Amino acid sequence: MTHGEPRRRASWVDRAEWLGPLMIGPAVLYIVLVLGVPFLLALYYSVSDISMGSRTLGFVGLKNFVSVVQTIKFQTSLKNTFVFAVVAQVLVMALGTVLALALARDFRGKWIVRLLILLPWVAPISLGTIGWLWILDSTYSVINWTLEAVGLIGPDGWYMWLGVPWLAMGSVIAIHVWRILPLATVILLAGLTSIPHDIHDAAQMDGAGFSRHLFQITLPLIRPIALVAGLFGLTLAFTDMIVIFVLTRGGPYDTTQVLASLAFFTGIQGGDLAEGAAIAVFLFPLLVAVAIGFLRVARRAEVQ
Amino acid sequence: MATVEARRVSKQFGDVRAVDGVDLSTREGEFLVLLGPSGCGKTTLLRMIAGLERPTGGEILIGGQVVNDLPPRARRIAMVFQSYALYPHMSVFRNIAFPLKAAGMPRAEIPQKVEWAAALFGIERLLERKPRQLSGGERQRVALARAVVREPAVFLLDEPLSNLDAKLRASARDELQQFQRRIGTTTIYVTHDQVEAMGLGDRIAVMEGGRVRQIGTPAEVYDEPADTFVAGFLGSPPTNLVEAADVLVGFRPEHFLPREAHTDGGNLTTLPFHITRVEYLGADRILYGALEGRFEGARVVARLATTVEAKVQAGRTQDFAVRARELKFFDKVTGLRTTARVP
Repeated sequence: MTHGEPRRRASWVDRAEWLGPLMIGPAVLYIVLVLGVPFLLALYYSVSDISMGSRTLGFVGLKNFVSVVQTIKFQTSLKNTFVFAVVAQVLVMALGTVLALALARDFRGKWIVRLLILLPWVAPISLGTIGWLWILDSTYSVINWTLEAVGLIGPDGWYMWLGVPWLAMGSVIAIHVWRILPLATVILLAGLTSIPHDIHDAAQMDGAGFSRHLFQITLPLIRPIALVAGLFGLTLAFTDMIVIFVLTRGGPYDTTQVLASLAFFTGIQGGDLAEGAAIAVFLFPLLVAVAIGFLRVARRAEVQ
Repeated sequence: MATVEARRVSKQFGDVRAVDGVDLSTREGEFLVLLGPSGCGKTTLLRMIAGLERPTGGEILIGGQVVNDLPPRARRIAMVFQSYALYPHMSVFRNIAFPLKAAGMPRAEIPQKVEWAAALFGIERLLERKPRQLSGGERQRVALARAVVREPAVFLLDEPLSNLDAKLRASARDELQQFQRRIGTTTIYVTHDQVEAMGLGDRIAVMEGGRVRQIGTPAEVYDEPADTFVAGFLGSPPTNLVEAADVLVGFRPEHFLPREAHTDGGNLTTLPFHITRVEYLGADRILYGALEGRFEGARVVARLATTVEAKVQAGRTQDFAVRARELKFFDKVTGLRTTARVP
């Protein structure tokens, strides 16, 4: 009977139906409170007449959506969002694949290259972007200085990196790519290292040259994981505004304004919470569709 | 058709000498087995012949031509991997067609060639499947078909049977040998399994510590081992080695029989054997124990076919004997074979 006691104490911890919910509980609570509630609130705000400083909260249906969609500002932002997200993500995937392929090989000083590539991901985003703000500054730009020093531009030819529409869009895309690239590279690298080495040896024995090996063996085999990386990056690019907020605040003349930043400026800084919410949730159905589509394709590729 | 030759081939990985000055040459159409424990350098040697690994010393010749600087695709060789290394995202047809496409064969000729290779291994009905829909045995055949389809001059096989279950392995071994005889392509086969090596090889190269210890027909390496390593590695249970003055005396467990079981007389060396344990294995009885008398305490094993009717019992000491010509002598220091010396 002496060993009956410890057994009784262990019993409820041993039971998966208690322990499981107990362990997962905090995570569920966290997600519900920090993501779920604000999201539902945003959905409700988008169909209400809420504004900062008013105490009423009435249901107005789709009025906010109708009015916001008609503004030129919104239409420009919608177009910019697509340009920004798609161009940035295509660049990220292409460059990430090249980088991952390079890092999958052995060479001297590989660790330092890995570290440098991972650095943008480790550094706080806003801090890194502020660095870029200085690099792209109209008066002090290091890039312009360098270009002049090597004789590519004259003293009058300095670029206004963030002041000319197409240069500004190019700049925010470039900085966003710089920021997302590490994540994509690491994911793709994980995909590459999961390919058994024998497969590469077999391809070599079978006489595949570089491009046949790359396009018919390596890339198809990392396709499922590349889709996951693509999905993450694309949704992030569609919803993120940090780079744009720090670098251009949507300017010049809204040419780099995207829906996320427009929602912020309208809802938080402009005080029109209802319209801000409408802008913010506008892309939600599209993003859900993108996510489902991607996961479907990834699953099919996995099953094959 | 071609022969493969290694001349003083070495491979250094950092501080480790994986292959240490190997000299080896195959004959035309021969089935040569590289046999050895894991880490003996056999796979590294095979990979160097394949061109997947660069020798740090020596030369490799295929068909009389030095191929050290040639990439695998220029060597006219095919390799089957232990894992089969089928391309998981391609159908069986595309797997087999892959080497042909890589070799630039005209599109129209490919299906015919693939079907020819598939027919050799009886996998025509699997052509539309993906590798993961195949059993282990079927995958192995696909891997073989993919290797054959280019009609290479040399076949390299790296433990191709080790992922099959025991029953399948026996029949696959049989098929593999028949197939090799039929196409008559020089084949180098790596394994750590002595049964596979003995059953398949025209000749066996026994490797250890990056060196070839002995090369010869299965009968030669088994009956006339060149050193104590070969004597101990081949055979199950391995050769008994007993210290006698300045030499080691080796004899096979199956030659160590109760005295009365040697019915054909001859020159017998009698050794009193104290049996401590008897294992009954159906076809054989394995007797463990120690010698008494002159070689007091030397642990030896005897293997009696069940057809040998002598009575043996654990705990008893009985007179066992070995025919004098079955005794092999080895140098105590070098482990190499020496001439017979009556102990």
